[in-house]
Amino acid sequence: MLGVRNLSVARGGATVLSGLSFDVAAGQALILRGANGIGKTTLLRTLAGLQEPTAGDIMYPDDEGAYASHADAIKSALTVRENLQFWADVYGTSVPDSLWDQFDIADLRDRFAGTLSAGQKRRLGLARLGVIKRKVLFLDEPTVSLDGFSVRLFVDFLRQQHLSAGGVAVIATHIDLELDAATLELGPFAVSRHDTRDEDEAFL
Amino acid sequence: MIALLRRDLMLATRAGGGFGLGLVFFLIVIVLIPFGVGPETAVLSRIAPGVLWVAALLAALLSLDRIFALDHEDGTLTLLATAPVPLETVAVAKSAAHWITTGVPLTIAAPVLGILLQLDPDAAVFVALTLLIGTPALSVIGTFGAALTVGVRRGGLLLSLLVLPLYVPTLIFGAEAVRRGADGVAATTPLLMLAGITAGAVALLPFATAAVLRINLR
Repeated sequence: MLGVRNLSVARGGATVLSGLSFDVAAGQALILRGANGIGKTTLLRTLAGLQEPTAGDIMYPDDEGAYASHADAIKSALTVRENLQFWADVYGTSVPDSLWDQFDIADLRDRFAGTLSAGQKRRLGLARLGVIKRKVLFLDEPTVSLDGFSVRLFVDFLRQQHLSAGGVAVIATHIDLELDAATLELGPFAVSRHDTRDEDEAFL
Repeated sequence: MIALLRRDLMLATRAGGGFGLGLVFFLIVIVLIPFGVGPETAVLSRIAPGVLWVAALLAALLSLDRIFALDHEDGTLTLLATAPVPLETVAVAKSAAHWITTGVPLTIAAPVLGILLQLDPDAAVFVALTLLIGTPALSVIGTFGAALTVGVRRGGLLLSLLVLPLYVPTLIFGAEAVRRGADGVAATTPLLMLAGITAGAVALLPFATAAVLRINLR
């Protein structure tokens, strides 16, 4: 469902990863591993279409990709329900009733998002994925500030709602999600900074 | 687009949304002018159209940096860029929200506050009319400027420097139309020019805004 051929990605004008090729079949997840700064976020942003690859091809069905970054995109002046409803309206979907319990935010529904704790905000941010119903998810550190219980809630959601329905997920994470998934070590694809710097690109 | 517009209006009217910011600034400036200039009614009514227009323009400028900055900080802009709405639509929705929260209140308040500046009733009609025609251009141009400076920390200064020169034609034709209206001379030409600037800005700038956002989000 997701195919990547000979991909190179750049950050700030310098190529950070090159020669990446992998396939993720429907119902499968791929875990990205690598040291800080190796280019996990850059790779995910490129896959999501936020920046152009410097070389190579990315293939997945149009209008099926979704990106979730470190930031949760939560408006503190809106309630939890309004936050989710906004994304449902943007994507032309609705908020499923089962979602509230899946992410354990049922009791928080009418609270202003500004009053939530960091972990609760993160759960709300992840609940957005259940609203937008995209098949190809690019998740950047989805479990930051979540406790063990919430991580399991999230993994259950991925497994039961997303992967079992034929979805695909590419996840950058440092913890063990206990998800039955392939792991891609990015170290061998890293490009040393000095020899590939393109001066013009860097300047622009 | 409707969802985004509705959300922005909801955010603007809630706590910390800055809905009244431009309007209160406008009010303060107009109230202070007679104290600074002196009570001579002839002088006041002569400078009133220009003062109202300059104050409205600065009031619109005041809330520009909020258009994209907040959405950029919390990651919403990145997610909107990957959502099934074109960034052009996002730009239009953002401009519309800015106009409804700034341009419309200013248009309504200006003729009323004109009384403090001895603006005569004929001219007051023109003030409202020109602001109604001109403020959409201020919002659309401002949204473009906000997109240019998104991600720049404390980008307010840069934003003002970029946007103010682009506001000048709107100001010239807006104030000129009011002055002619007040003098009882035909004001059609500056009104048409003002409407032309607005129509051009509304038609073209959302595309520029979207292009700039794409570059800034890389």
